[in-house]
Amino acid sequence: MTVREFAAQYGYRIVTEESASLDRPITGVYSCDLLSWAMAKVSAGDVWTTVHTNLNVVAVASLTGAACVVIPENIEIEEPTVTRANREDVPLLSAGHGAADIAVRAYQAVHGDVWPV
Amino acid sequence: MEPGVIIREYTIPANDFVVAGEASSSVRKLLNQMGVAPAVVKRTSIAMYEAEINAVIHGHGGRAHVEIDSEKIVIRISDDGPGIPNVELAMQEGWSTAPDSVREMGFGAGMGLPNIKRHADAFHLDTEQGRGTTVNIIVHFR
Ligand SMILES: Nc1ncnc2c1ncn2[C@@H]1O[C@H](COP(=O)(O)OP(=O)(O)OP(=O)(O)O)[C@@H](O)[C@H]1O
Ligand SMILES: [Mg+2]
Repeated sequence: MTVREFAAQYGYRIVTEESASLDRPITGVYSCDLLSWAMAKVSAGDVWTTVHTNLNVVAVASLTGAACVVIPENIEIEEPTVTRANREDVPLLSAGHGAADIAVRAYQAVHGDVWPV
Repeated sequence: MEPGVIIREYTIPANDFVVAGEASSSVRKLLNQMGVAPAVVKRTSIAMYEAEINAVIHGHGGRAHVEIDSEKIVIRISDDGPGIPNVELAMQEGWSTAPDSVREMGFGAGMGLPNIKRHADAFHLDTEQGRGTTVNIIVHFR
């Protein structure tokens, strides 16, 4: 499933501008609000959820190769962050769900309904 | 200066999170333009980013000196900040003295230095209390 399809499926709003990066496939999910922890753990292609909306989020997403960043619970996203995300071509999504609910959905989008033990 | 060596210098302002990460970002672009393997570019830019952010947050700002030849990149990030009293402790995952003001932004996991060590081929830390800190990073292209 691509970032665009993921957003459409769960009604998440794409905050950044139209870009080919929205057609990248999502291949995993990671949820963490500690930036350098996320820097160590986010894999390329991951949906990364964090409540932070500052510029450093774009740096971490871009350096790790995250497929997109999903900001939970309709938290307002700082304008400079959107501008930087457009510049660095990092898709930003805004979701009504909390981080755990987003993670479950992203997990399902990647792995289907079957949960590994 | 050896022929074919690219040298770049950057200033890293203190506590400026709009500019923080610009030095590593521009080195990343340079390496991409040079056609360096994406995995190597990723390791280099993560290591440099963490060192740069540490200079911003803990080191009262500083500077980056970067040398690139056909085989490797050598990065030196130095500051004139307070230095690190106990390097062994600072290198431990989870150890952080980050103030609340930057923890609110998501820093302070105590993972920056371990991330640098993990991603660099060579990593060396020179620090003196009251004098400052220099982080040396080498990444080989193959
Ligand atoms: N340039 C520096 N000058 C002074 N102290 C430093 C410097 N770099 C690191 N330190 C000290 O080492 C500690 C650990 O650094 P590290 O980068 O691992 O974690 P952090 O910066 O606190 O948090 P994180 O990087 O996970 O956001 C810091 O909290 C700080 O006490
Ligand atoms: Mg750090």
